[in-house]
Amino acid sequence: MDVIAWSRIQFAMTAAYHWLFVPLTLGVAFVMAVMETLYVVKKDEFWKKTAQFWMKLFAINFAVGIATGIILEFEFGTNWSNYSWFVGDMFGAPLAIEGILAFFMEATFFAVMFFGWEKVSKRFHLVSTWLTGIGAAISAYWILVANGWMQNPVGTTFNPDTVRSEMASAQAFWEVISNPVAVSKFFHSVTSGWVTGGIFVVGVSCWYLIKNRQKKFARASILIGSIVGIVGSFAVMLSGDSSGVHAAEFQPMKLAAAEGLQDGGKRAAFTIVPGIKIPGMLSILATHDIDGFVPGINDILNGYTDNDGNVIPSVSEKMQRGRTALYALAQYRALNDTDPDAAAQARTLLDANVQYMGYGHLEKPEDVIPPVGVVFWAFRLMIGLGMLALLVMLIAGWMAWKDRLDGKKWLWIAAIVCIPLVYIGGQCGWIVAEVGRQPWTIQGLLPVNVAISSLSAGAVKTTFFLFLAIFTLFLVIEIRIMIGAIKKGPETPNE
Amino acid sequence: MSYTFLQNYWWFLIALLGGLLVFLMFVQGANLHLGNRKLSDLQKRMILNSTGRKWELTFTTLVTFGGAFFASFPLFYSTSFGGAYWVWILILITFVFQAVSYEFQNKKENLIGVKGFRVALMANGILAPLLVGTAVGTFFTGSDFAVNKLAIADPSAPVISTWGNGWHGLEALGQFHAVLLGCAVMFLTAILGALYILNNVDDNEIQAQMRQSIKKETVPFLVFFLCWLVILLVCQGYAVDESGIVSLEKFKYLHNLLQMPVVLVMLLIGVVLVLWGIFKGAFSKSRGGIWPAGAGTVLVVMAVFFLAGYNGTAYYPSCTDLQSSLSIRNSSSSQFTLQVMFWVSLLIPFVVAYIAYAWHQMDRKKITQDEISDTPHKY
Repeated sequence: MDVIAWSRIQFAMTAAYHWLFVPLTLGVAFVMAVMETLYVVKKDEFWKKTAQFWMKLFAINFAVGIATGIILEFEFGTNWSNYSWFVGDMFGAPLAIEGILAFFMEATFFAVMFFGWEKVSKRFHLVSTWLTGIGAAISAYWILVANGWMQNPVGTTFNPDTVRSEMASAQAFWEVISNPVAVSKFFHSVTSGWVTGGIFVVGVSCWYLIKNRQKKFARASILIGSIVGIVGSFAVMLSGDSSGVHAAEFQPMKLAAAEGLQDGGKRAAFTIVPGIKIPGMLSILATHDIDGFVPGINDILNGYTDNDGNVIPSVSEKMQRGRTALYALAQYRALNDTDPDAAAQARTLLDANVQYMGYGHLEKPEDVIPPVGVVFWAFRLMIGLGMLALLVMLIAGWMAWKDRLDGKKWLWIAAIVCIPLVYIGGQCGWIVAEVGRQPWTIQGLLPVNVAISSLSAGAVKTTFFLFLAIFTLFLVIEIRIMIGAIKKGPETPNE
Repeated sequence: MSYTFLQNYWWFLIALLGGLLVFLMFVQGANLHLGNRKLSDLQKRMILNSTGRKWELTFTTLVTFGGAFFASFPLFYSTSFGGAYWVWILILITFVFQAVSYEFQNKKENLIGVKGFRVALMANGILAPLLVGTAVGTFFTGSDFAVNKLAIADPSAPVISTWGNGWHGLEALGQFHAVLLGCAVMFLTAILGALYILNNVDDNEIQAQMRQSIKKETVPFLVFFLCWLVILLVCQGYAVDESGIVSLEKFKYLHNLLQMPVVLVMLLIGVVLVLWGIFKGAFSKSRGGIWPAGAGTVLVVMAVFFLAGYNGTAYYPSCTDLQSSLSIRNSSSSQFTLQVMFWVSLLIPFVVAYIAYAWHQMDRKKITQDEISDTPHKY
């Protein structure tokens, strides 16, 4: 494998590990904040002990999330050097806001939350707990503004003098931070964290029911966990719906791959699994119109007319125009100092074709097709496992509400089994989002083969295995410590 | 606001973040005492719990420092991180082990034992300041890279910033002048660590050990720092003229110091404050040496960054292709982005205020043996 493949694998592995830890942080932060609020409002020590137990698990998980997160941030520079330069100007403001508003909030108030029980007032502690979770969510927003921009690069102008994308006006900044892809991604990611956190709390609590321990704690936790998880699930569905519409509009190849749709059309059918289809459903999901046209892989390769009547060129034509843009860029830079007129002509040619510049780096039209099988099945697993988690939380929440959890061993086991399954679902979500947009780091502008650093495959291969070993070690230790903490249990009375 | 003002402003903030980062690396320096054989296990846990309440601030400052470079000077981010690959990877690895070591260390399920994680914290305590300091040292010695923005139009070799050798940054460890700064930063963080523990932990034996340690570490710190400073002031530097042409200039950094008297004053005040903090820690009964030493550290590091980047200087010079050298003019984000970030940065005093408030609330009660023995909320 070459350096591009190793760089991609390394980044994918780091992101996958990071996303093992982040959803739990996002979800459990909310659960424990609700519990501590109940403690402060009801002045009942039971809720304090309950919140403290979940905080203990939160802290074990939090550190590894930070460790994988810093690697992810710096890999933008270490392994994707061209990308860093190309997007630095676009991400500058969102990253500055993330760093100043979110990171320090999380770091400062996490320490108060964890160590401050006997050092600060009840109310200050409660505020700290909420701010830890809010800091995590704010951080997620700004990083998803960056991710959303990579999927739908709005508000940008290519500057041939600096050879990068630039944000040139207040309107452009607004377009970037209110990018519809970023907004739906934020809600989809954060609320999927609530689902993960919810099912984690419900599953762990069910383990205590199996062991016939801490039944009051378990019931209370199941109730709060399932409410958070159920609210999260419905929010995930709503934001998933808008994500589908955005994919159809901005990344039709991703949608076609997720559906395994070779040839599109109007009244396109949604494939539940191969052989079982719902007629017209894909058109409804993608365009909110049963007569909406959904392009398939071949349509995108060969060109088509979209629902607004725009003629979308074939990939071959885009590649041709992309090469013209690259040629014009080279001409512009070569002539800019010596022949202003010729440089101006080159600039005009560049501006006319710049939106397809990334296509100029592709070797053949089929390069725009992501791995269809992977995306297709990941999409189905994500939805299926998410629905299963929702079902389990609905039943568990209802049973907890009615105090009918006793003797429901099948439910307890189902909830525990759902913990790893919801993680698999979360990973599948990112596979759909990130594998589905290949070969682009920035949709249409910068393919992965041009985004890399000038490194040898051997160097990246070495760091890949190094990080793999470190992250795996951390994961194994985290799971062992968590199991130990769960076995030890909360300090609530065993009733 | 002019583009030049904004570029200068963001270099100022980078310098400030760099200064705060070195100050907050007292966490790394303090963790070196986890290997002190004269301290009991309980005393080591007191140190661990003391730094354990601050490590996230250091870590976050590092992340923000990297993020600020990415945001304001992206060409540095892409050139240095993608080029000096191994140095940054090594720094990162020591920090990720540090991040989990607090939470994992005293849990019996941790697979590699207490010692394993303590070694990781101590390795971070040595390597992180040494490598960060050496990396900053290359701001004056130069690195082996070239920048060609037109490369992106060449599908066969599209990378804009390329490194000239296969060591990818490790060669800096062979640059005497850069390593001197790395060693100086390492000993400085060890001193700051001892001063911080002295301030934060109520234990006579620990305090005696910290005062001893400050005395021992001050001599090598001063030797390394002064040697680095003297060489800096007599060496040639990388000057950038109005049209962006880079050339070598004899005594460039001495000229910078003399032509920017404010920086000279900052440097002198910073050094005096550090020495005052050291004196308070080593030779008086005071426990507040961390404050003047910390403030002095921030001032000295900022002065170093100003020498590297202001007054027509290339802050990240290429010793193989002079014209590829990075200055704050040719490597920054666009004027609009810097301007948006300027407005965002006005929130920094608010952030500093709540951090100071939270820190004050948490540190009102010093760490005692009783607290570590009794509380369930500890590392």
